[in-house]
Amino acid sequence: MTGVGVLFRRELSLAWGKGGGPLLALAFYAAVATLLPLAVGAEPERLKAVSTGSAWLALALASLLSLERLFERDYEDGALDLLALGATGLETICFIKCLAQWLANGAPLALAAPIAAIALGADPDLTPAIIVTALLGGLGFAFTGGVGAALSLGSRRGGVLIAVIVLPLFAPPVIFGAGALEAFASGLDGRTGLSFLAAYSLAAVALGPFAMAAACKNALS
Amino acid sequence: MIQLLANPQRFMDFSRWAAPILAAAAAILLAAAFWLGFSVPEDYQQGDTVRLLFLHPQLATVGMFAYACLAGSAFFGLVFRHSLADAAARAAAPIGAGFTFLALLTGSLWGRPMWGDWWVWDGRLTSYLILFLVYLAYMALLAAIDDEAKAARASNILALVGVINLPIIKFSVDWWNTLHQTASISLTGESGLAPVYLAPFFLSMIGFLMLFGSLWMVRTRAEVWRRKAGALAVQLAGKA
Repeated sequence: MTGVGVLFRRELSLAWGKGGGPLLALAFYAAVATLLPLAVGAEPERLKAVSTGSAWLALALASLLSLERLFERDYEDGALDLLALGATGLETICFIKCLAQWLANGAPLALAAPIAAIALGADPDLTPAIIVTALLGGLGFAFTGGVGAALSLGSRRGGVLIAVIVLPLFAPPVIFGAGALEAFASGLDGRTGLSFLAAYSLAAVALGPFAMAAACKNALS
Repeated sequence: MIQLLANPQRFMDFSRWAAPILAAAAAILLAAAFWLGFSVPEDYQQGDTVRLLFLHPQLATVGMFAYACLAGSAFFGLVFRHSLADAAARAAAPIGAGFTFLALLTGSLWGRPMWGDWWVWDGRLTSYLILFLVYLAYMALLAAIDDEAKAARASNILALVGVINLPIIKFSVDWWNTLHQTASISLTGESGLAPVYLAPFFLSMIGFLMLFGSLWMVRTRAEVWRRKAGALAVQLAGKA
């Protein structure tokens, strides 16, 4: 088995198992979706109007949860030093970390997103659109979030700082993704928003690892 | 120019004179722009509020220009590990955030009489608000890491990541056909602005750019001095 494969399995089991993994994110997601009708009022027509948008909001917030541990854990116990010394480039390592983060957190959340949206009153026909946009958005959240997590290594109050850094970067996928869903829901063509969302997420996948690697090197120096 | 000014001593000698001269020129240009701005006739649709044309677009442009300067300095700081570039990036952030905030504020004051609302979630407004948040994130990251060199490098990386927002702001009015108008000024083609408005518009633009340049130099100088003072304090502590 290659080093990359071993690393991927390690990251996946860490993201899946330690610190709650997908269950924690799903519980948080359910809590946000439950609080929403209490906050905006439970009238069905009002909830229906905000159902897809709030599913996206909850998705973005739930993606923030486990970011703090993404690099911090390895930074504190010295594993990141060892990984940086290894033959695999730091960029590849960051890519694998974020990919595992996406599979362990973003993908389960994407599967749960239609349930929450339909419970709030969205049209069940939207289910495939919700899953696809949530999967793509989760990819963008994982890779831009990883940049924030790597940058805040070695700072005080890492968690809050990550949120401050990352939320402006989360804005474009939320705009494109929720906009595409909105268009699909009202019978319009949502493919433009979907293409923008895919472009942003893929750009994050392509460029994010370089920013993360530079940030990790800086924190380790 | 950049090669020449990269030497901190040379920069200090240069900016000592350049900063006040730029500030004086900016004061003259802005005074002329506002005097002209209040003497041009009212717009037949917008009435007196058209005079915000000589304040709001300029503030907004400088807010973005300052970010470009910040990101450029961040790039030089990262690639050439130049401490003056770090200082310049650090110095540009609060000024740029201030201009960005003022642009949002004047835009809001303009939007109320013209659009009937203080704020709309239009593409230009939203992406510009994100620029403000990126400034805040940059400053928060800079303040949160104790080791100054590490903090500078980490926030430089963030500054480069945030550059993606600049083209989004620029093209937001073309991509999303919402409330904010598209560019009416064009350097090459026909401008959509009445000729009488052009002189105060550009005077104010150059004036605010010079004002930013002057403030940026002053803050960079202060940053260099702050570091010198820190180094001296360490030396003195070593002797005692």
